[in-house]
Amino acid sequence: MNKKVLRPYFPLFALPTFIAFIIGFIVPFGLGIYLSFCEFTTVNDAKFVGFKNYSNMFGDSDFKHALWYTALFAVVSVVTINIFAFAIAMLLTKGIRGTNIFRTVFFMPNLIGGIVLGYIWQLILNGILGKFGATLTFSEAYGFWGMIILMNWQQIGYMMIIYIAGIQNIPGELLEAARIDGATNGQVLRKVILPMVMPSITICTFLTLTNSFKLFDQNLALTNGLPANKSELLALNIYNTFYGRVGAEGVGQAKAVMFFLIVGAISITQLILTHRKEVQQ
Amino acid sequence: MAKKVHAPETLQKGDALPPDVQALVNEMAKRKNGVSSARRSPYATLWTIILSIISVVYLVPIILVFINSFKKKIFINKNPFSLPNGDSFSSISNYTEGVEKIGFFSALQNSAIITVGSVIVIILCTSMCGWYITRVNSFFTKCLYYLCVFSMIVPFQMVMYTLAKTADRLKLNSPFTIIVVYLGFGAGLAVFMFCGFAKSIPIEIEEAAMIDGCNPIQTYFKVVMPILRPTCISVAILEAMWIWNDYLLPSLVLDTTKYKTVPIAIQYLKGGYGAVDMGSMMAMLVLAIVPIIIFYLVCQKYIIEGVVSGAVKG
Repeated sequence: MNKKVLRPYFPLFALPTFIAFIIGFIVPFGLGIYLSFCEFTTVNDAKFVGFKNYSNMFGDSDFKHALWYTALFAVVSVVTINIFAFAIAMLLTKGIRGTNIFRTVFFMPNLIGGIVLGYIWQLILNGILGKFGATLTFSEAYGFWGMIILMNWQQIGYMMIIYIAGIQNIPGELLEAARIDGATNGQVLRKVILPMVMPSITICTFLTLTNSFKLFDQNLALTNGLPANKSELLALNIYNTFYGRVGAEGVGQAKAVMFFLIVGAISITQLILTHRKEVQQ
Repeated sequence: MAKKVHAPETLQKGDALPPDVQALVNEMAKRKNGVSSARRSPYATLWTIILSIISVVYLVPIILVFINSFKKKIFINKNPFSLPNGDSFSSISNYTEGVEKIGFFSALQNSAIITVGSVIVIILCTSMCGWYITRVNSFFTKCLYYLCVFSMIVPFQMVMYTLAKTADRLKLNSPFTIIVVYLGFGAGLAVFMFCGFAKSIPIEIEEAAMIDGCNPIQTYFKVVMPILRPTCISVAILEAMWIWNDYLLPSLVLDTTKYKTVPIAIQYLKGGYGAVDMGSMMAMLVLAIVPIIIFYLVCQKYIIEGVVSGAVKG
């Protein structure tokens, strides 16, 4: 379509999205940055206070706890989810009987929402821990491993799908050539399959990383931060700062900006890594 | 095999292929993956058995919730792993109680309105916008594109408070008006995907339509949109999965005293009544899961394709 002919049609083609985008993203984002430097209880009574919110944020021991708790959670869930998902993807590309049924089953939990997932696992984990006279909210370690199990159950299927697509893109001749040259199964895996699915590994690693950092619903439903905010991930900590106590909104917004910077840095690292890989190929 | 097949240049993923071509493609795909019955690994049966066991374990949580939804409250906490017996069987009382307590069916209706409405609006508006951005390619549209890409890496908590305030100010707190918020916050991914695909459409097709007398609106609806169909399906699946399960955004934006979505209603069961009524909780979890599973089994192929093509989202 010719540029000049199309351009006057802006109000019809792009304006609805543009207006919604301003309401749903641009204004809240700009306002969010501004308010992180303010003290306020509603948007109208904002008073500029400079970096005070940011310095207060690091005096909050719950926040510091949430920061490392989330980082640890992200690392453990990235490692476990990706290893399991890759292993299952390898098995499901061998052409064994029932592959489609297995794929259907493993992917299913992914479609169930976080709140529902949280309560499903609360029932099961409390049922198991109940046999030992404990519950999920007895210690932060129970909540931690509970969320790891939940995340694995939910996300393995999704990552498996991406790995399957990656493995199926490996040309059959390449594997055949390696076998003819006398490579063992382990060598084929390490020297041929892993390098060839590297793009999928990058995607999955970063998807699980950002998903773990942004985890909210599951955390809220499973433990709600108990005991005493010790099983609180970053997102829930930010939420509780905003809506849990009056007068801390400024600090909450500062935490939110911090959170954005962390997640943004992860995403940009991913972008650079995938881009570099593309150039090499 | 040497039979000559004329394939149009712009054949898209979702298009039906002539049967002989389809057979050839299937055969090639099989060879490429090294999947043929003759080359099955010798441990194939063993793996099938192991995977079957894992699959059953995988389904246990859902089955357990289903079983417990037919047990009386006090028996659920005491022993969630036993089957209901004469004492503990509650028939469907958990369901009737739960539905009444949280107004499940009105929540289901709200969820349906919000999800279907938002997905239709998102698909229509962002596909038009994506095509416009790609074709006009001015400084302004480039800025809009990069802003959309940028919005994909911003976590919801960053804009949570201010978005809720903005939506409140504009009175976007009903199931119909929240669609605007979803269009705005969901636009990033959708515009990004549509732009990527619109770039690959040969401009000659559109020029031909124009020479034949189509104005841009006709060109879009008669020529471009049918070509964009596979991307529309992927975007629809991804956005629907997100919106249906979303808890935080509607709970902050909607007037929750009047309108609840399914996740909000379930969370309300815990928040609103002190000690959790485990019986109703189990029953409502089952009701929340069933529509999703049915939808999944019907549209599985599209869902999995959508996931693969949407995996670029950072």
